[in-house]
Amino acid sequence: MRRYVAGRIVQSLIVVFLVTAISFFLIRLAPGDAFSFVGDYTMSDAVRNRLRAQFGYDRPLIEQFARFLGNVVRGQLGYSHSMHRDVGSILAVALPRTLLLMGAALFTSFAIGIAVGAFQAVRRGSWLDRSASGILLLFYSIPDFWLALMALLAFAYWLPIFPSGGMVDQVVHDYMSFGGRVRDVIAHLILPSLTLAVLSAAGIARFQRAALLDVLPQDYVRTARAKGLGERTVVLKHALRNALLPVITLLGLSLPALVGGTFFVEKVFSWPGMGYIAANAIASRDYDLVTGTVIVGGIMVAVGSLLADLLYAAADPRLRAR
Amino acid sequence: MQPPIPASAPAERLASSGVAPALTPVRAPEPPRPRRRLTGALWWSLALIALLCTIALLAPLLAPYAPNTQLDIIALKNQPPSLAHPFGTDQYSRDLLSRMLFGARISLSVALLAVLLSATVGTAYGLIAGYFGGRVDAVMMRLLDACLAIPRVLLLVAVLALWSPVPLGALIAIIGLTGWFEVSRLVRAEVLSVMQREYLLAARALGTPGFRIIWRHVLPNVLNPIIVAATLGVGNVIMLEAGLSYLGIGARAPAASWGSIFFDGSDAFQATWWIALFPGLAIIVTVLAFNVFGSALRDALDPHQLAGDRAR
Amino acid sequence: MSDTLLQIENLHTFFYGESTVARAVDGVSFFVGAGETIGLVGESGCGKSVTALSVLRLVRPPGRIEPGSRILFEGRDLVTLDERQLRAVRGARIAMIFQEPMTALNPVFTVGEQIAEVVRIHSKTTRRDAWQRAVEMLQIVGIPAPAERAREYPHQLSGGMRQRVVIAMALVMNPALVIADEPTTALDVTIQAQILELLQQLQRRFGMSILLITHDLGVVAETVSRVLVMYGGEIVEEASVKTLFAEAHHPYTEGLLAAMPRMGESRDRLQTIPGTVPPPTRWPEGCRFHDRCPYSWERCTREHPPLYQIGGGHVSRCHLAEEPERRAHPHEPLVMQRSSRA
Repeated sequence: MRRYVAGRIVQSLIVVFLVTAISFFLIRLAPGDAFSFVGDYTMSDAVRNRLRAQFGYDRPLIEQFARFLGNVVRGQLGYSHSMHRDVGSILAVALPRTLLLMGAALFTSFAIGIAVGAFQAVRRGSWLDRSASGILLLFYSIPDFWLALMALLAFAYWLPIFPSGGMVDQVVHDYMSFGGRVRDVIAHLILPSLTLAVLSAAGIARFQRAALLDVLPQDYVRTARAKGLGERTVVLKHALRNALLPVITLLGLSLPALVGGTFFVEKVFSWPGMGYIAANAIASRDYDLVTGTVIVGGIMVAVGSLLADLLYAAADPRLRAR
Repeated sequence: MQPPIPASAPAERLASSGVAPALTPVRAPEPPRPRRRLTGALWWSLALIALLCTIALLAPLLAPYAPNTQLDIIALKNQPPSLAHPFGTDQYSRDLLSRMLFGARISLSVALLAVLLSATVGTAYGLIAGYFGGRVDAVMMRLLDACLAIPRVLLLVAVLALWSPVPLGALIAIIGLTGWFEVSRLVRAEVLSVMQREYLLAARALGTPGFRIIWRHVLPNVLNPIIVAATLGVGNVIMLEAGLSYLGIGARAPAASWGSIFFDGSDAFQATWWIALFPGLAIIVTVLAFNVFGSALRDALDPHQLAGDRAR
Repeated sequence: MSDTLLQIENLHTFFYGESTVARAVDGVSFFVGAGETIGLVGESGCGKSVTALSVLRLVRPPGRIEPGSRILFEGRDLVTLDERQLRAVRGARIAMIFQEPMTALNPVFTVGEQIAEVVRIHSKTTRRDAWQRAVEMLQIVGIPAPAERAREYPHQLSGGMRQRVVIAMALVMNPALVIADEPTTALDVTIQAQILELLQQLQRRFGMSILLITHDLGVVAETVSRVLVMYGGEIVEEASVKTLFAEAHHPYTEGLLAAMPRMGESRDRLQTIPGTVPPPTRWPEGCRFHDRCPYSWERCTREHPPLYQIGGGHVSRCHLAEEPERRAHPHEPLVMQRSSRA
């Protein structure tokens, strides 16, 4: 077990390094100049060159990368010239917001997916099972940005149930009580996280259904019945506990896709997280900020996937012993 | 984006880290009740795909107007659906139906070509990794894991935005080059299993079996899952490309896809709901057709993949 | 003799396929007395496991216990009990031991938890008391260091130990009847002997009845007092163990006995019963064994034999009971004739 953990950590570090390298080089190699768009277009070349030198954009790429790596390790991700703050502080604020959204979405999608999948497995072959499969397949075919748009239109504009965007009510949030503020955030959170959740839930349900169908004919399920347990306990306690294990691996696997979905959803709902920041940074050619976002995003995925794998290893007693 | 559903990912991932897969039933279950392999879903989805491709091909004949013509910027701007314009018009008074018909060509061809590229690259990668084995394989697989960890959308957005405007060919190439991972895993697994078999025989006679021999044994077994993965991939790419175009960094005028239609109208969806609805429905129907076909194809080709649908 | 604990009358358990019906148990009747050990013997496919599962109604769809079957236990017909009543019987009054100890135990719970669970289902006990009881049982079934072992997971134990755990789980609520379905088949021969020995010890201690299901006549010889032989979904012979081994009547039983390798005998090759067990979807006409039987004649191909009385407590489903002279003229069984003609 310890060897496995150590191996996985090393693997994650390699991944983070690669993400850093790839994003750095790709972004720096892009045409155009950080300072072609910033500032006054009447800025003279001399001033432009001075700014370039100041931010180190005139050095050879490799040297820039080495310096960059050194900075990253020390926690400095550069300076955002479009937002006039250093990248670290921008992301430090944006990251928790994205994590909140992703966390809510992840939790909801797994809750829905596991419940539906388990239900389908128990009622295999019934019209409920088959129609659920059909509905899930349908959801699997809906683009995330479109669903987000439709959800926004439907539930924020036409039926004004939910707020139309942002994370908090811009006007009154700061004046609310603590409870009020929490409720405010939750109200803003529901639609975007539900949108994300519904799309992932489809895949999870399918997987959970298959996993539970594999477990139900197993001998220990029969033993549980022979002991006198009620059918519900047999399924929920004995069968599902085993059938959940493979679904946990989905946690790690679904993270990269979830990040992609979050990007679109944040944009549509104006949720001020990392995706939102990234979109603006790209528009203003803010290299450091874009690089920083992609790197932090990659780290998030690597850490999340590592945690998911560790969770799996901890959950399966057969692996704990190693 | 929806997460891809791996065929055998959990066991594989653990196996590649040296930990045994968890759920291996000790006793084989009763033989599966023979299921009808070619279901109705297979055929109607195939028919639907054929229909969509035909519509896309015949777009110039079917469309009542040219897709980019501004018909009447004053009278026909942002008109809701009507008899003359069944899908309405956009803010530049272009007929939406025509735009969608032509958009089908772009969306479909981008997806098909990108998936073709992914399948090719993935196969090549998997072949090389499996054939050379050992350290080469280990390094290649680590690299693969690392690539998988990078969120595809994020990378695509960053690259496309910073290099924009990106010509259509480059767009296809970039999308294709970020989607080959699953296929390479499949191919590598197959190559490894073939190597195990053939190597034992050939080792006695000739040494390492030739590349062509490996390929001959690998290809038939690997073709089916690749086709299934590719079909499911097409749906994914359609959605991906639509999303990128919605952001303005994917296909762009004059080669406008369904996603671009969104982009053009993205300011005022509350008022012009038809611009959001119809392209979206088109995407859903198309992706659904490919997904259903891919699923049905998988069920038809390889009943052993029917995890859990065993009679007991 | 002793009181009857379990009485099975006319049990039919069928499995419904898309276009076929498998009559796995086709009219089985027998009884088990209090404190008795009964052996139910037969090859795979004869229906003995399904019979065992039917007692506790553990047969899942598409299998079904047919109406008209009765399973009388402690004054009630188990076939007609509702879910709740049935659950009270399972694990507490009648317990089952299954064939594969590795897969019979849930891999994600400790061994102690799984035993304690039985206690908590059937009695109002605290977690701690239930755990104590589990540890006690582990000791009774002969597992050393039971308190530590109870905290371990099934995959950490050897096959023999796992089977002991399964036995502990079955006996912890002191049931009146234990049904053991091939309890030793999946184990090494030396462990087999230990487990059988253990079962006998426990029976002496707790006094429960045992219905032992097996294909191995050797196991039966050691442990049971009465034997039931099954073939083709039916009982074909029933006798006390001594009588069976000394004076088996049914040709199938004869075949089984002849096939057993015995110490002290030297033979060039093992005797087998020619042919194979017919599929339960198509039982043969007449006597179900007739095409593999060395004595069969024309009557056997059309008339399904009832259970004939042979002696005290000895019955046999064979027309030889009425025409014993036919035994003097054995011939090549029909299956062999068919295949040699083909």
